[in-house]
This record gives sequence, structure tokens and C-alpha cells, in this order.
Amino acid sequence: MTITGHSDEEIINRTLKGDQSAFAQLVERYQNYVFTLILRFTDNREDAEEIAQDVFVKAYRSLADFRGDSKFSTWLFTISRTTCLSFLRKKKLDIQSLDNERTGLQLESRESAFHANLVEQKSRHAMLNQAISMLSPDDAQVLNLFYKGDQTLEEIGKIMRLDPNTVKVKLHRARQRLKDKMEKYFSHEVREIYSD
Amino acid sequence: MRYGKYIRIKIEQYHSTEQLLIKRKVMDQDIEHRIWEFIDGHCSPSEKAAIIQNLTDNPIWKSKYDELKSIHDMLQKEELDMPSLRFTKNVMEEISRYQVAPATKNYINKNVIRGISSFFLVMIIGLIIYFVGQIHWNGNSTGNLVPAFTLEADKLNWSKMLNNTYVNIFIGINTILGLILLDKYMQGRKKDGRSGEWSKGDSA
Repeated sequence: MTITGHSDEEIINRTLKGDQSAFAQLVERYQNYVFTLILRFTDNREDAEEIAQDVFVKAYRSLADFRGDSKFSTWLFTISRTTCLSFLRKKKLDIQSLDNERTGLQLESRESAFHANLVEQKSRHAMLNQAISMLSPDDAQVLNLFYKGDQTLEEIGKIMRLDPNTVKVKLHRARQRLKDKMEKYFSHEVREIYSD
Repeated sequence: MRYGKYIRIKIEQYHSTEQLLIKRKVMDQDIEHRIWEFIDGHCSPSEKAAIIQNLTDNPIWKSKYDELKSIHDMLQKEELDMPSLRFTKNVMEEISRYQVAPATKNYINKNVIRGISSFFLVMIIGLIIYFVGQIHWNGNSTGNLVPAFTLEADKLNWSKMLNNTYVNIFIGINTILGLILLDKYMQGRKKDGRSGEWSKGDSA
């Protein structure tokens, strides 16, 4: 990615040579991706920001270990996922992807909470965000990495430590579940979208 | 009797409707799966041609495609969430307290890994030699030598084992390996010390 003119590799080399301020460009470039990815796990903006900050500090400290055999974003998203999971374990929160029984209960509570705010949800963006938040973190993460993180199935496999074919199946199921949620809770808006 | 027949017909009707619904659902899922592959560009050229043909000829396929494509487009256009405006500043403040750690490959010395592997290899070979040494070759009635392997813990002669030439060789090799490892470690420390002094002088 080259938003500010310099490629990730150039910025990394400058940082490794001691130009600490160069790293700020990488933070600017990826903060939204990392933050959104983490927010899908925590559902809490404060926690998500704390974890995201931790992710960038870890990335900075182990920057010399980035060999460049994958994209910087893939490496960063891998750190995001592991940091997020260890943070949640530490806080003893429910990690839905590790506990299917709890996943059901938590998603149910999310759905009922969502019903209360249904009237407020007007825009398509809000609708999509709400529908994604009702998915399991793993489903939301696959969608996020594929559509927003610009990651291929192989790269998502690296991040989630899964085989690319498994990622493909997960992606398909995540989209299917998202479609089901949207048709269930936003039938009117979905009909409008389909007719566009 | 007539009532029983009525019930049976109703049950058959119910089952056939249910089967039809399941069949329809499976078909829908299969169509959707193939369309998603098409949208993602993951299908083969022949499959792609077949799907394009279906989209032109079959209105069910066309409407499914429109549905999935609109979800796909919406996901692509989805906006990302943003952290607070101070986020970058916070990260940079936190980072200013740290230095980039040296790459792992610089401090994981392959020679150390090789040394450890050699140590275990020598241990295994030593044990094999010892156990082979425990076999007593007995002549049987046909005149052939048959290995008679007996190993009883209480009958083991530990003093014999420790004085055994093989064991001494084994201990000797391991001692040498240990000394080599210690030497490598000390050399590494010495080198680090020198490079540290050099970089300090250089930066000054």
C-alpha cells in the first residue's frame, strides 16, 4: 500500500535505520484496519483502542523480524489476532470462536440488544455493521480481512492459521450467515438493495 | 379405516413437501456457492462459461446473482471504524520508550541447535550400543546363534555400566560437545560486547 507516497518496505527500512517517526506513517495507514478488526472481537471501543495500540507497539518492537515474505498488512493482522485473543483471555471475556456454546448465548443477547435499537438504524452502512456485529468474531474477521484488509485466501489462512480451502468455506458461510441476518432483521432495506 | 387412509395420505404429502423443501434448499445453496465462486473469480474458465450461460438462460440464477452481487458490492464499500484522533500520537508516545528488538535469527544460533541435536543423537547411539552389548549370543540345538536379550532392572550391574568403555566414550563426547557449546556462547558474548563498544563510539 502506498498512500503517502512511500511503500511499506521503504518506511520499514527507515524505521529500522533509526527513524522512529517514520513508523507513524504505518500507524496512520493501518490504524483503521487494525481497529475495525479488533472491534469485531471486543465490541468495545475502549478495549479495541487499547489492544490496537498494543498491536502497533508489538509490531514496532519486532519490526526486525518482519522478513518481507508476506505483506506487512498480513503480518500486522496476525499480530492483531494473537494480541486480541490473549487480551480477551487475560480479561476472561468470552472468546466466542473458542467456545461455541457461549457463542450462541452471546449472539442471542446481541440480537435482542439490536432489536431495541432497530428504529435508529437507518443507513445501509449502519445496517451492514449491525448485521456483521451479530456474526461470530471469526465470521466477521474473515469478511473484514477479505473485503477491507485486501487479503487473499492464502493470506487470511496465514493470519488465522487455517488452510486456504477452509478459509474459502468459512468465507462462503460467513456471507451466507450475513445474508440470512440481513434478510431476517432488515427485510425492507434488503428488498430495496436487491431492487437497486 | 377410511380415516387411517386419509392420515397416511396426509403424512405422505407432508413428507414429499418436506423433501421438496430440503431439495430446494440444497439446490439454492449449491447455486449460491457457485455464484460466490464466480463473483470472487475463483472458478475455472469452463465453470465460468457454464455460470454465464445459466445467468442468461435461467431467471432463478439471475435473481440469485443480483442478490449476492449487491451484498458483495455493499461489503466492498463498507466503511472502516476509526479510533480516536489521538491514536497515532498515543502509539508514538508509547513507542518512544522502546527500541526495535534485534531480529530473532540473530540470536538464535544454528550451531547451538546443531549442538543440541548432536547431543541427543550421541545419547541415543550410546544407548543403542549399550543395549546391543547386553545381548548374549547363545548357540541352540541347530548350531545357530540366537540372541538372548535379558534386561532386568534389579540384576543390572551399575558399576559395570559406569566403567564400561562405551559409556566413558559417550561421556567424553558429551563433555567435548558441552565445552564447544560453552566456547560458542562465550565467543558470542565477547563479540556482542565489542560491537556494542564500536557502535557507541561510532554514534558519538
